[in-house]
Amino acid sequence: MSERQHPLAALTRTRILEFVREPEALFWVFAFPILMAVVLGFAFRDRPPDPVPVGVVEGSVSKEITAALAASGTVKPAGYATVADGLEALRTGKIALLVEQTDALTYHLDATRPDARIARLEADAAIQRARGRLDPSPAHEALVHEKGSRYIDFLLPGILGLNLMGTGIWGIGFSIVNARLKKTLKLMAATPMRKSDYLLAQMLSRFVFLIGEVGIILAFGVAAFQVPIRGSLVVLGVVTVLGALCFAGLGLLTCARARTLEAANGLMNLIMVPMWLLSGVFFSSARFPKAAQPVIQALPLTALNNALRAVMLEGRSLPAIGTELAVIAAWGIVSFALALKIFRWQ
Amino acid sequence: MNAAISCTGLKKHYGEVKAVDGLDLEVRAGECFGMLGPNGAGKTTTIEILEGLTVPDSGEVTILGRHWGSHERELRERLGISLQETRLTEKLTVFETLSLFRSFYVRGRDPGQLMADLSLEEKRDARVGKLSGGQRQRLAVACALAGDPEILFLDEPTTGLDPQSRLQLWERIAAYKAAGRTVLLTTHYMEEAERLCDRVAVVDHGKIIAQGSPEELIARLHAPHIIEFSTDPAVSDELLSRIPGIGERRKRDGQWFLAAASLARSVPALLAALDGAGAKLVSLSTHQATLEDVFISLTGRELRNE
Repeated sequence: MSERQHPLAALTRTRILEFVREPEALFWVFAFPILMAVVLGFAFRDRPPDPVPVGVVEGSVSKEITAALAASGTVKPAGYATVADGLEALRTGKIALLVEQTDALTYHLDATRPDARIARLEADAAIQRARGRLDPSPAHEALVHEKGSRYIDFLLPGILGLNLMGTGIWGIGFSIVNARLKKTLKLMAATPMRKSDYLLAQMLSRFVFLIGEVGIILAFGVAAFQVPIRGSLVVLGVVTVLGALCFAGLGLLTCARARTLEAANGLMNLIMVPMWLLSGVFFSSARFPKAAQPVIQALPLTALNNALRAVMLEGRSLPAIGTELAVIAAWGIVSFALALKIFRWQ
Repeated sequence: MNAAISCTGLKKHYGEVKAVDGLDLEVRAGECFGMLGPNGAGKTTTIEILEGLTVPDSGEVTILGRHWGSHERELRERLGISLQETRLTEKLTVFETLSLFRSFYVRGRDPGQLMADLSLEEKRDARVGKLSGGQRQRLAVACALAGDPEILFLDEPTTGLDPQSRLQLWERIAAYKAAGRTVLLTTHYMEEAERLCDRVAVVDHGKIIAQGSPEELIARLHAPHIIEFSTDPAVSDELLSRIPGIGERRKRDGQWFLAAASLARSVPALLAALDGAGAKLVSLSTHQATLEDVFISLTGRELRNE
């Protein structure tokens, strides 16, 4: 008779080995967040916004108008021989605004485009000032550069939450459906292995990947953008671990019965896409209508994103994010229990 | 001798398909019992019901005096199961796979021992994905043996293997049985059943149509020899019916198969009859009747090509 490992430890180890020997999985978990961060890095370089392109219909005073616009620095003028040419450029989005001088100044614009409205205000102010308008009360701009209140500071915790959800649900979902297709699950169900051990190992193995993926995203955010981590790292660790377990549980539930990769993929999207949109990854979830808020706030990704932002940006302690943690934990526990109950082993 | 496995009145229907249709079975402790039948006969459904993986529509299953409903955990510890066409995780090595399966059992066999028993020592650190079909199948059996089981269930253990791999696996199964353990296997290879099994149940359309030791079943044909021949031009059944000592007659692809009690008596008579009818002999051979002939005699069909 021989010594044996604890089955939970053996299963967790197996899952980790399987994962690290799968180059594609490694790419999606570790390289993908880096790529995403690099792309964002380009998008949020520390520099003023590009001037908005504005068209000017050529005529007797177009030179003066063009000079005034160019001097403003906020819009970029381009000349058009006729109004028709200018309108064509406007329709195709090459310019946001077309300026035409007849008896009065005429601004052609699509009012539903926010940049068109900004261009109109900027262009009008530049032209009027060049023609001698004096502002009754002088004004100057104080630009916000404070670390922690920029868009990237808002976005990075969202990306972290998004990644925890994606790797949890995809990582677990596909490996389980694959094992079911290959009948490995059925074979294991034919041994005395505790079924809860198998599912628990799937969740526990997430810890190992977690350290890598969270570490990479945070390190990149801090190094490249000086994104602040105002709260304690321990609290941040607790939030991410809880978040990872929660989505691992959801991943188990998603693929608890799916027999094909296609079915599992559909279910995963059904679960994740609404949260991508609603849970405040790219913009605050507070922007959605009030009536939808109870539902949105109850989503696990909303709770996770809110908790991550509260810790990183506001330096909150554990008790202050108790509600969010409770929501996350509840999703995790209920998903796991339900998955264990309805899990299809063959 | 007490029964290791027994079931009565087993039924399992999938919609219109009666996969198992009232099946009774008793496997004695220490014997190797084979379920022989063509694909789709209900062998896999039956063995999976006995393994506690499929719930029957009706019927009772007793394994080692226990029932699945009340003693699942205990039974799982005491049984070893190898499924048909299982694909073990390809990314793990042989040793890792065996260690994993070993961890599931309270008591069991050391991965090193298992590798030695199934000639996998050289492949200790090879990934499962790199193994040959025979090696994979031996690994699957090694996994089933990880808990040092009292009963070993094997569903088509050698399907798709080359003759040498098959032989190697037969030796391992025979060695396990020699240690006094019980084996239940399904197969559609009559040679496998004849070679390994103490007793065989011939399964067709979800029922057992004959049961006994291979020798008994063959003896029941009352014609231990098969004469196989073809002629030019073809001869009629009527002509052959007049030859003495011939039991069943079958024709397939221009080839006649005659069951004969005695070659010495029937072959000269056959040759004389062919000569008299002016038919030229194209081929002639004889063999000892096998389980295949038993199956054909019982069902009128062949085991394979079904």
